[in-house]
Amino acid sequence: MTKRNGYFLFVALATAYFYSKDGDVTSSVYATGAAFALPLALAAMVGIMCERTGIVNIGIEGTMLLSAFVAFFVSSLTKNIMIGLICAIFTGAMMGLILAVMAVAWRMDQIIAGTIINILATGLTSFLYVQGRTIPSVFQAIEVPVLSKIPFFGPVLFIHGPLTFFGIFIILALYVAIYHTSWGLRSRAVGEHPSSADTAGVSVVRLRYINVTIAGAIGALAGSYLSLELVGSFERGFTAGKGFTALALMIFGRWNPLGALGAALFFGLAQAYSNQLMIDQVVNIPTQFTAILPYVMTIVVLTISAGKVRPPAAEGQPYEKGQA
Amino acid sequence: MMSALLEVTGVTKRYPGVVANDNVSLTVNAGEVVALLGENGAGKSTLLKAVFGLIKPDSGEIKIGGTPIVFGDTAGVISRGVGMVHQHFQLVPVMTVAENLILGAEPKRGIFINKKAAYDEIIALSKRYGLEVDPDAVIEDLPVGMQQRVEILKALRKDVKLLILDEPTAVLTPQEIDELLIVIRNLAKSGVGIVLITHKLHEVMAVADRVVVLRGGKLVGTTSPKETDEAGLAQMMVGRSVVLQVNRTEAKRGGVVLEVKGLEVRDDRKIMSVKGVDLQLHKGEILGVAGVEGNGQRELVEAICGMRHREAGEVLINGVATKDMHPHAVHEAGISHIPEDREKHGLVANYTIADNLVLNQFDQEPFAKGWIRDLNEIAKNAIATVEKFDIRTPSAFNTAGSLSGGNKQKVVVARELSEELPVLVAAQPTRGVDVGSIEFIHNQLISARDKGAAVLLVSAELDEILSLSDRIAVMSDGKIVAIVESKDADRNYIGRLMAGLKE
Repeated sequence: MTKRNGYFLFVALATAYFYSKDGDVTSSVYATGAAFALPLALAAMVGIMCERTGIVNIGIEGTMLLSAFVAFFVSSLTKNIMIGLICAIFTGAMMGLILAVMAVAWRMDQIIAGTIINILATGLTSFLYVQGRTIPSVFQAIEVPVLSKIPFFGPVLFIHGPLTFFGIFIILALYVAIYHTSWGLRSRAVGEHPSSADTAGVSVVRLRYINVTIAGAIGALAGSYLSLELVGSFERGFTAGKGFTALALMIFGRWNPLGALGAALFFGLAQAYSNQLMIDQVVNIPTQFTAILPYVMTIVVLTISAGKVRPPAAEGQPYEKGQA
Repeated sequence: MMSALLEVTGVTKRYPGVVANDNVSLTVNAGEVVALLGENGAGKSTLLKAVFGLIKPDSGEIKIGGTPIVFGDTAGVISRGVGMVHQHFQLVPVMTVAENLILGAEPKRGIFINKKAAYDEIIALSKRYGLEVDPDAVIEDLPVGMQQRVEILKALRKDVKLLILDEPTAVLTPQEIDELLIVIRNLAKSGVGIVLITHKLHEVMAVADRVVVLRGGKLVGTTSPKETDEAGLAQMMVGRSVVLQVNRTEAKRGGVVLEVKGLEVRDDRKIMSVKGVDLQLHKGEILGVAGVEGNGQRELVEAICGMRHREAGEVLINGVATKDMHPHAVHEAGISHIPEDREKHGLVANYTIADNLVLNQFDQEPFAKGWIRDLNEIAKNAIATVEKFDIRTPSAFNTAGSLSGGNKQKVVVARELSEELPVLVAAQPTRGVDVGSIEFIHNQLISARDKGAAVLLVSAELDEILSLSDRIAVMSDGKIVAIVESKDADRNYIGRLMAGLKE
């Protein structure tokens, strides 16, 4: 606890210092950091939901990529970003379902199953990608009345697009659900010791299907956020490894939604800082070095704070009823 | 007439190559304790898993309280008042006692779990059955006996009418077993029907109203403790008369082979659990280590075999010190080891039985020619060993994980005895094994001794120690408190020493 409080204190002090130097720039760096963090945090939720029930999902990257594409492409065809979003979420859920079929029903190796998802997404998006398409608009930022007027916290936390607020809601809801509802208790039991759940009358197979499918939909939200809210376009390889980074953040956050959110915020902030350093040219070093800053910082922090990592015990193992 | 609590009619379950249950019928009435006996692989667990909805039989009918169950519907069976205590505990190790107990039927407030109601319910439940537990304790921190208690409470939670216990005493200490038997009797008195699987015949004699015997998947008879005795039960199970008493000739004791000097070892929680042990094991003798489980025996064995760090002291074979924390070097130096936990340390579950049988010499002649394994020799060895040790399996090339507990143990014993090394360390060699196989394993240990091996036998079964050992070392609180010649051994005296009493 004290170590964690130490981190918080350090971040708070540093923030206060920068804010006293230049309020506007500091606020905007932090707002950008939050914007960078959200897709990572959401992607980490996909990992948490799957691994808590014992399914390893390395197909998060592919799920995000394909749904970001569907979100953009459908929006562009129909000139309606809501329809794009809905189609993307459906796509994500389907990709989750495909992973569940491979991992649960066919008992495939889950790393291979996830890789199939990734290759499928890379192939499809490269093949179907057309240059020069545009969407009518991105999801516009909403200013929360009153709260957005608070200095620093207002612009950082309360001026964001609807998908950001929805995403934050999902993360908090997932946290509460995992630790305080029977769904969460059962999911954790299934991920740790599936036969215990089975002998208590909990259907391991059903719960794994449900969770992996919903997780796919959350992954789609992360992808749609990128193409419909943050950037407003789509390129080949658009997600640039965010799905894999998210897996590291999930581990860093110890499979706890709030932990992963914290890790994502840290990473997003580091990225925003490195962008700002490039813009300001405060230090005269090549941009390649400032660009790797977030990754270096992540490695450093992970190394310092890493204790004994303990993943869900049944992770990656297909379950066979009656083999207790 | 009221229908029976449980009525199993003509249940058949086939697995590839075996018929696990062949047209089995069984009735259990309220307030009755029925013991289900049979050798390992006789189909007892299969039958009860079918009753509990964990597997689907191929044919037959199972009725609870007069109405048939849907095969494979565990939740449905539970809701009809059936509880099961599984052979391998069905508890989530990282969760608390409370979380484990409410899993599957959580008390709720809105969409959230009502933690207060859960606590109240658990406390009421543990009071009602006199089984005290700490709801906040994490399962993996609890001793086995306490975990068992949680497992039983879990089964009892939903006003159980029928309680199934699959080898509940296999890992318990004698005191814990006595307590459990009292709980079983009390439950039966309150009207619960109980089905009990166990290999310990004296438990059957003590607690059962009726005994049902399975052999090779078929029902071979029903009897009661009043009509028979332990020898009679053993004969029904195995189909031939079993010698429960071991025939043992006087040991021809040779020189010291294994010497343990001032050994100190810590357990998993880093607490010193072997506190300075000295032992001398002679050629051609069996030295039994008796003790209540958890008094350092496991750590002693693991340290001797190089699986656990020795804080102090040394282990010598024929006067040469062995390497610490190096199981392979210790094995090379001449120690065979039948480990206590066969699942974890004895077998590779996903390998075939044939491969498991040569794990200790897969890289040596005749099982390997240079770098190439000789699959022919491995197969020949496997077929011969399966035959000799009567390992019940459709084929020697099935995975070891597919075997029943006792047959797994036979694979481990067969492998460790195959090399004829100077020292054999056997930890709980007959745990969870049926009487027929116990007899066989005991004879194997005696014959290893007669061939000149020095055998260190660690067992929680005092009877096993008394009947096999030439000398008995009593271990209590991490120390060897006495070493007695077995002909001078007195059961009560040893029991008192085990309990830590002085004389």
